This record gives sequence, C-alpha cells and structure tokens, in this order.
Amino acid sequence: MSLSQAETVAVAPEETGGSLGRDAWRRLRRNPVAIAGALLVTLFVVVALLAPWLAPYPPDKPVGQVTPVSIPGPSAEHWFGLDDLGRDEFTRVLWGARWSLVIGVVSLLLGMAGGLLLGLLAGAFGGWVDGVVMRVVDMMLSVPGLLFAIGVAAMLGSGLDAVMIAIAVVNMPIFARLLRGQMLAQRRSDYVLAATSVGVRRRRIVLGHILPNSLTPVIVQGTLTLATAIVDAAGLAFLGLSSNDPSIPEWGRMLADTQRYLSSAPLLAVFPGLAIVIAALGFTLLGESLREALDPKYRR
Amino acid sequence: MLRFVVRRLALLVPILVGLSILLFLWVRALPGGPAEALLGERATPEAVERVQRLYGLDRPWYEQYLRWVGNVLRGDLGVSTRTQHPVLEELLRTFPATVELALTAMIFAVGVGVPLGYFAARRHGTWLDHASVAGSLFGITIPVFFLGYMLKFAFAEKLGILPTAGRQDPLMDAEHPTGFYVLDGLVTGNPEAALDALAHLILPGIALGTIPLAIVVRITRASVLDVLHEDYVRTAEAKGLRPATIRGRHVLRNALLPVVTIVGLQVGLLLGGAVLTETVFAFPGFGKFMADSITARDYAVLQGFILFTAVIFVLVNLLVDIAYGLIDPRVRTA
Repeated sequence: MSLSQAETVAVAPEETGGSLGRDAWRRLRRNPVAIAGALLVTLFVVVALLAPWLAPYPPDKPVGQVTPVSIPGPSAEHWFGLDDLGRDEFTRVLWGARWSLVIGVVSLLLGMAGGLLLGLLAGAFGGWVDGVVMRVVDMMLSVPGLLFAIGVAAMLGSGLDAVMIAIAVVNMPIFARLLRGQMLAQRRSDYVLAATSVGVRRRRIVLGHILPNSLTPVIVQGTLTLATAIVDAAGLAFLGLSSNDPSIPEWGRMLADTQRYLSSAPLLAVFPGLAIVIAALGFTLLGESLREALDPKYRR
Repeated sequence: MLRFVVRRLALLVPILVGLSILLFLWVRALPGGPAEALLGERATPEAVERVQRLYGLDRPWYEQYLRWVGNVLRGDLGVSTRTQHPVLEELLRTFPATVELALTAMIFAVGVGVPLGYFAARRHGTWLDHASVAGSLFGITIPVFFLGYMLKFAFAEKLGILPTAGRQDPLMDAEHPTGFYVLDGLVTGNPEAALDALAHLILPGIALGTIPLAIVVRITRASVLDVLHEDYVRTAEAKGLRPATIRGRHVLRNALLPVVTIVGLQVGLLLGGAVLTETVFAFPGFGKFMADSITARDYAVLQGFILFTAVIFVLVNLLVDIAYGLIDPRVRTA
C-alpha cells in the first residue's frame, strides 16, 4: 500500500459517516463549482420548460422591419434585437433551449440504453461475447465522433430524429466500454466472492450486486455526455444536418444563418453561442463535481 | 518491441475490415440506394441502370463488397458527384491544408498547455491553479464554430490584423508545389508567401486548438501533481539534487507520459473539428470539402473521407502506442 492510499484509509472514518450517497451530497453542497453548475443547469432547464410562456413573441414570425444592411440591435421591446428575417432573437434563443434540451436528453438516453446493453452483455458473459462486443466498440471508436455523427445523420436523411440518433450512436461505445470495465472490476471484488461462496445465483449477482455498484461512473459520464451532446447537436445543425423547419429555432443553425451578418450584426451570433456555452458549461461543471464527490481518486 | 508492434498491427485488421463493411453497407442504406447516392438525386433511370451494371449492383452483396474493397485498395474511392473528380484526387488536394491546420492547432495546444498545466500543478491551490482549471473547463465546452466566429470578428473584422478567410492572399504571387503553403513559401524562396500562409493559419489554429489545449492543461496538471508525490522525487530531493535537475529529469519526463497518449487521441478531435473550423474560416481543406459534400449529398466523398479519417486515426494511435512502448517499457508487456 502506498502512502497516499494509507492516508485515504486513515482519513476516511471521520469524513464519511453515512452512505456514499449522503457523503456525496454533503460534498456537492459545499463545492462552489457544483453550485455554479447546478445554477446554470437550472437556468437552462427552466428556460427550456417555460419557453412558450417566457417568450414575448412567436418564434417563427417576423415582428419588425429588417433589411440586410440594417438589422436592429437590442432595444426595450426586443432585448436581443431582431434576426435577419425580422424575428425576435430573444424569443428564438429561449425556444432554442427547449430543442437543445430535448435533443440532448433523448440522444443521451438512447445512447446510454444502447451502450449499457452492450456493456452489460460483454461484462456479464465475458468470453467470445465480450470479444465480439468489444471489437464492435473499437470499430465505432475508430471513427472520430463528429464525423461518425455526420455519417449517421446523412444516412438517416437529416432532421431532428437523425441528429438525435446520430449522437446516440456515437455515444454508445463510450457507455459500453465504461460499464464493461466497471463490471470486470467489480467481478473480482470481495463481496462478489462472498455472494458466490454462499451460493447466490449468477444472474442475481450480476443484476443485483455488480450492476448497481457499477453505475456511479455511468451517472457521472451521463452528465458530462449531456454537455457534449448539446454542443455536437449544435455542430450538426451548424452544418445543415438538422431540421430546416423555421418554427424550430436551433442554436447551431441560428449561428450558421447569421454567418453573413457577422460584421454588421455580430450579436446575432453571440446570443445563441453564449446559450450553448451556458448549457454545456452547466452540465460539465455539475458532472465534474459529481465525479469528485463520488470518486475519492479525483479529490484534489 | 517488434512483437509488440506486430501484435498491435494485427489487432487493426479486424477493426478496419469491420469498418469497411459498415461503410459499404452505409451507402447501401442511404435514401435512394447506392446508384442514386453515387449519381445524385437528379439521375436519369438510364444512368442509374448503367451504374447498377457498372458497379455490379445486381450481384450478391458479399461479391459487391469484395469488389469494392479491391477498388479501395487500388486507390479507387469513386467519383465525387459534385466536382466530377475522383474522390482520391480531391482527398489528396485538400488534405495538406488540414494537416497544416491541425499541426498549428496542436502546436498551440501543447506549446501553451504543457507549461500552463505544469505551473498550475507547481502552484497547486493558488489563483493560477484555479484559473487554469476554470479556463480549461470553459475551453472544453465552447463550441469550435462559435469561438471561430468570435476570433474572426475580433481580430479579422474589427482589428483587421489577421485575414478572415482562405489559406493565402489571392493577389499574392505564390507557387504551391507541395500543397503545404507555409512549406511551399519556404522552398520556392518566397518568405512573404510563407508568412502570409502562416497568418492565415493563426485564427483557425487557435479555434481548432482550444479544446485540445484545455485537455492538455488538465492532463498535464493532474499528471504533474501525481508525480510530485512519487517516492522517487522525494528520493531525488533527499539525495540533494538541484531542483532544476529534479524538475527536468524526474518530474517533467515522467509527467509527460500521459500527455503523449492524449495528444494522439486528439487527432480524431482535430479532424472532426476541422469540418467546423474550416467552414467558419472558408479554409479550403478536407473539412470544408466534407461540409460542402454534406449539403450536396455527395456520398462517395463522405464514404471515402470517413474511411480515410478512420485509417489515419487508427494509425496515429498505433504510432502513439509504439512511442509509449519506447518511452515506458512496462507498456510493452501489458
């Protein structure tokens, strides 16, 4: 045992005192990074849920006069100004949160479900099943994420569904590898040996003991993946692979649409861009502090 | 060592075979089928039939697959429906630009990231440490294309000190024998052209390099913190070695091991990010060509480019593994 491990063990009793969950919760509440992350995430989710009521104007209809050379900036009536088609920019940024949340959550859940199933198969059965699943995972990881997503989205013919499925597929191997690694580590642990020796069935051990104990890092990864899913979805929309329905304001496409007006109306790019940063930063901060709270290795 | 390399190479074969099957089936799963995918949506029925016969699309799929692999191995990746040039030709034409861009981004990320991470760890718990951690979290989340816009607006449009788009001033009299414009400027004895090409690389390089920079800072910092508490560092201190020797020979050298791996993994991120960065800066590289091919539904290009990227990515990671094995003997037997 190295010195640092000995220190952890010696310090542990006074620091824990309660379940891992309660200990983690206490650490989270005391961590300013976690608080900041939680605030940003709350802001994002509240705006996403309440966008139809918060937004002062319809998101898809022009509400003022614009010409390509004069796009009105922020004013009392239009806080973020108008976009190139005369629509209220503030309204569209608010609605964008809604789509961003939907795309992020759906793609995360799909990817997680697929990945966890693969990881569970590999981790629970081992042997040739493990070999085949992990080779498939390696293969998927051999194409850079964004390019992989572009391929999948193009195959599905672009649109919101295509973007969600593409991001889900790209995230699957990450979760598969994570869960498998966790399960392999847990399989060698003492409590599994104990359960096996008192005659608990294999299925019960895998589903009742190994799986729940392997999920902590999956939760952390899920939070962090939500951040990348939001940024990646914006990237695909920026490249024109998402829906081209004007009543669906997406931050990525809003950025792409304002490209031509960058010098005359730079704020049109700033607002949706900052919105993406706020959403992604919130989930990243929350995920990082969750990881620190749940895993002693990362405490520093 | 040779055995290690051979084993790693052997592991690549199933991955690449699987990937090629996947990409082959991908074009067959496209809306409209492969013939339309290769010819474009406005293809006449006669043209579709001709392509079907030409590519043997009436044969069983495994026969078609073997034929396709044979073509790919001979360098025939099909023809771009948008430009009517062979895909391989387009790839070779656009890839040098992206290599230049990715190198600039990586030099920026490592050149700034390693010192920053190192000093953050040395001054653990100070404002510099906190600022670098906060900055790297921010850097990971900021979308490449948004950062690109902001850089372009601030430095190119407002301040006007750097070019907004492209690889070279179109009015400049420059020759391009190699396709790497900075290098071209140097070999043709035209330092002005080299400097101009370099100036065109700065903003996109920073935009593309920011996420890798954030990652390099974090990894270097964590790694240096680990090493600082190692027994051999204390031993070195106890022996009375000069602090500079300890830092250079013991701390930095060991701490950089994980950084090497991470740098290799960034290649994928750079090639993906290049699609977005090059679009923002109208930088005529592989990524811009790919982005234009998405809009044009030019599937032959997408198929060829994705396959090519995967091969590059896998090979670079193999090289990193080998480099790692050279630096750290423990890896060879693992």
